[in-house]
Amino acid sequence: MIRVVLPSQLDDYTGGQRELALELPAPTDRGLVLADVIEELERRYRGVAFRVVDEQGGIRRHIAMFVGESMVRSLQAPVAADDRVQIVGALSGG
Amino acid sequence: MKHRVLVGTRKGAWTIDSSNQRRDWRLQGPRHLGAVISHYVADPRREGYQLMSVGSGHLGPSIFVSMDHGENWVEATKPPAFSPAPVGEPRTVDHVFWLTPGHASEPDVWYAGTSPHGLFKSVDGGNHWDEVLGFNHHPDGFEWRGGDKDGTPDGPKLHSILVDPADKCHLLIGMSGGGIFESFDEGTNWEPLNKGVAMDFYPPKEDGSEYAFGHDPHCLVMHPEFSNRLYHQNHCGLYALDRAKGDRWSRIGDNLPREVGDIGFPIVVHPRDPETIWVFPMDGSGQWPRVCPQGKPAVYRSRDGGQTFERQCQGFPAEQAWWTVKRQCMAVDNDEQVGVYIGTANGELWASFDEGDTWQILARDLPQIYSVEVVTSP
Repeated sequence: MIRVVLPSQLDDYTGGQRELALELPAPTDRGLVLADVIEELERRYRGVAFRVVDEQGGIRRHIAMFVGESMVRSLQAPVAADDRVQIVGALSGG
Repeated sequence: MKHRVLVGTRKGAWTIDSSNQRRDWRLQGPRHLGAVISHYVADPRREGYQLMSVGSGHLGPSIFVSMDHGENWVEATKPPAFSPAPVGEPRTVDHVFWLTPGHASEPDVWYAGTSPHGLFKSVDGGNHWDEVLGFNHHPDGFEWRGGDKDGTPDGPKLHSILVDPADKCHLLIGMSGGGIFESFDEGTNWEPLNKGVAMDFYPPKEDGSEYAFGHDPHCLVMHPEFSNRLYHQNHCGLYALDRAKGDRWSRIGDNLPREVGDIGFPIVVHPRDPETIWVFPMDGSGQWPRVCPQGKPAVYRSRDGGQTFERQCQGFPAEQAWWTVKRQCMAVDNDEQVGVYIGTANGELWASFDEGDTWQILARDLPQIYSVEVVTSP
């Protein structure tokens, strides 16, 4: 199971759920990547993807995404079936 | 008659209501606490219909729609977003800066202006947004607008989207910076409309000619009944244009007191009298502090299309008030004696119910105010 941890900034979409477990089968032609996790989040919480990923497929400037302990900057980052994926509202503004 | 002021701020939205001829006011909110509300607009074509630009310090930009006077909000299914660019760098919308209802004959049409510069249109009441390709993909677009990191400190902004009440195909927009552009075919083709406008932040052309674009309009208004009458507050002065008579702006700001100057952000026009305008000049000297000149807030009203101005400051602090009033933060209602409203960057909402002669405060201690609109109902 992929454990997904979500930031408070997405509470309006998730109803306040901050953590969920996803069982995502890998596509037949490649391994799982972060984009698959985001796609599943969008399926569950409509609108959430565009708030964290821009229209060109980039992770938004003040959003950070971790796979395990590694911060990743691409949605093509590999995700293993037992990984922890965390989305963070990065430090910004005041 | 009931009045509701819609207030968008850097940290959420509020409304302020009066049900007794503007005597008492009640503050309600916040909605979307913590979100950056660049523009909060009511639809004049449909009672209770409202759109709100919702940004965030963290999340991407979106638009929310209410059909019940702001009680409940639904997020747009497809917010404004750039398609893959035909040339150049891929572009991304940072925030939706401006919202404009479409023509009265098209009650489901809305326009949005973004930062960086982009023009978007919805034909379903704000739920799905598509690019106005004639503008966003114009072959001269990069030359007009510059790079997406150029322009004003928090990003270049497409603003003041005007739909001519007399002709739904006639559109105007302002780009800060980039200049004013005009379309007569509903956005397919565009031409600059900047003749006569100063651009003193650029070197003068050696041949003495004018720059066609690249100017920095801050706010552009069109009279709702006499739509040939245009005014605009620019980074380099205050201007008027009668479009029926030509395409060259005249600098009416030269008629403001020299010690006040004619720099500012907002401008509003009287709903029935095209000769009456109000502006809020700000200090554009030295470091460009963009606060009240000498720390003394004052609105300036002209009754003659900008030939003369009168200072209106009764009720405002007499000194040591260093406000900034942003471009969406001045509004008028359409009462017999017109109400004028301003929102300040230090979270105060002020109003005058005698066309600017005297001012009173309606709300204080709000976050930095980004937009002010007034809705009047029977």
